[in-house]
Amino acid sequence: MSLTTNNINQNELRKLAAREGYTFFGLTVPYLIMVTALIAIPVGWLFYLSFIGRDGTFSFENYERMWKSKAYIKIFITTFKISILTTIICAAIGYPLAYFMSQLSRRWANICMIGVLIPFWTSLLVRTYAWLVLLQKKGLLNNIAIDMGLISEPIKFVHNTTGTLIGMVHIMLPFLILPLYANMRAIDKDCMKAASSLGAAPSRAFWTVFLPLSLPGLLAGLLIVFVLCLGFYVTPAILGGGKVIMAAMKISSNIELYFSWGAASALGVVLLVVTGIILFIASKLVSIDQLGSR
Amino acid sequence: MMKGLRSVGLIAAAGLAFSSTTAFADELRIVSWGGAYQKGQSIGIFQPAAKAMGITVKEDTYGGISDVKLMVKSGADKFDIFSSGAGSCASGAAEGVLEKLDYSIIDVSDHLPGMYSDYCAGADIFSVVAAWNTETYGDNGPRTWADFYDVEKFPGTRAMRNKVDAQLETALLADGVPMDQIYEVLNSEAGIERALDKIRTIKPHIAVWWSSGAQHAQLMKDGEVDMTTGWNGRFDVAKDDGAKVAYDWRTGIMDWEGYGIPKGAKNKDLAMKYIAEMMKPEYMAEFAKYITYGPTNGKVYELGLMEESRAKMMPSHPDNAKHQLTLSTEWYSKWRTIAAEMYTEMMTE
Repeated sequence: MSLTTNNINQNELRKLAAREGYTFFGLTVPYLIMVTALIAIPVGWLFYLSFIGRDGTFSFENYERMWKSKAYIKIFITTFKISILTTIICAAIGYPLAYFMSQLSRRWANICMIGVLIPFWTSLLVRTYAWLVLLQKKGLLNNIAIDMGLISEPIKFVHNTTGTLIGMVHIMLPFLILPLYANMRAIDKDCMKAASSLGAAPSRAFWTVFLPLSLPGLLAGLLIVFVLCLGFYVTPAILGGGKVIMAAMKISSNIELYFSWGAASALGVVLLVVTGIILFIASKLVSIDQLGSR
Repeated sequence: MMKGLRSVGLIAAAGLAFSSTTAFADELRIVSWGGAYQKGQSIGIFQPAAKAMGITVKEDTYGGISDVKLMVKSGADKFDIFSSGAGSCASGAAEGVLEKLDYSIIDVSDHLPGMYSDYCAGADIFSVVAAWNTETYGDNGPRTWADFYDVEKFPGTRAMRNKVDAQLETALLADGVPMDQIYEVLNSEAGIERALDKIRTIKPHIAVWWSSGAQHAQLMKDGEVDMTTGWNGRFDVAKDDGAKVAYDWRTGIMDWEGYGIPKGAKNKDLAMKYIAEMMKPEYMAEFAKYITYGPTNGKVYELGLMEESRAKMMPSHPDNAKHQLTLSTEWYSKWRTIAAEMYTEMMTE
């Protein structure tokens, strides 16, 4: 008797679960359509175009060109170097800041958050040009430093890698802080208290309890920053002085130079594939599951 | 808006493929380079000419001939007329994206020799020059290209364009190639390589590869570099704004700018009539009051529409022109793509 009731219940439950599954799948349909229409099809189209030569027929010329010219490999190295450095610097600055904010009372944390968000809401172009004004040879920073006698010759902050990094870190920082801070806020403070009551010194409690718990937020932030950096255009174009050439800039100049989408999309395809490989290796080193399970 | 954020323009142009602007029968859309240059065009030419014809002319900026090519090839409809350098125009014509101009409507009988082509009606004459910071060098700046490339005699930072146009010529002139042989020497990949090798010798001293006229003017204004290649008119405007900048006509590479019509422009017939109107000397004379680019229409001088003191500041004034190399549009239509590729390679390596 009880057995059959159980079976009936289980069947009902299974039906309910299945129905729920369908409902949720139904709810994701708009998203799936959007992803297919806006991402899968265009990316596939780019992939196809990258095999079309200047004369409009199938050819490998766009890839051959990248293989033959030394410029491309240099551009890819620059792209990844700048992206990795920006990500590391963002983490070094952003983690302590997010940690500090997570320890403040809600009120003060919100005030700090405004400090993070206002630059985030300011136009990227405006911020980039502002850095140019501040950092150039006769810019504010150099002038003040010279007036104070700290330096005798102006330091070259812009029109090079340094300037590019400064600008990019500034723009990318909120992308790291926002997920990280949300994650840190959600960490139960009692965990730290428990660690202390079991005799862990504050530093040990941080390293063994807090840091691992904040890892998902940190990884999410790092991933967002890194991937966004790979496609950066405006900031390196302005602050790099034409000497820091990243993939996105080469894509645009290829369109101008060859007037074929193929020459540009081949670059995009290579960038996508290389990024995919890097993220795959990274996910092997740091289990991506950590992002989901806390 | 600056000519500089070219890529932004490009991306915008790509986006335009999907947007459609409606064109009215008595309305034209014209694009140019922005900044001090377009300001002069707008006040001196575009708007007065529109008023005289009783039509509306809407202005915008664009990123150069590549925008025209992208627009035509993607079937978008963004503008009816563009303002462009003769060389770029020639490359657009070679790609078949321009409408042939009808010189039975557009009167160029008073134009200076060579200042118009089948696809481009010349409007002003400008020069690429070597400008220097007078705070750094005083009056004795790099007065020749040999000086510009001499980092021992003239130590300091330099800027050059991030595109090949009118840059290779400077290297060969510095290398001692006589003016009348420049394009002969450049007529092979080895010749282009020779010019690039010369640029490589000063590459460590090139602080910035500039991308727009507004940018090189700003670089001189801010004292960011000690010398740069660039367009004479931009430097004159910067000088009027207080920039410490000077240049010598002996470094001049003379080129001309004109108007073209993209293939399939909606208002082609009206555009043709409007270009005809803009060729009148009084507009060119008015334009030259705002920026030092000389008229292509010889009538401006004949009718005495320009004061002698102002005329002397124009690249095309005989006293200035005699020192200069004239840019070969022929060479650019033949070699530009190859040279541009090699130049980018040199910049990146």
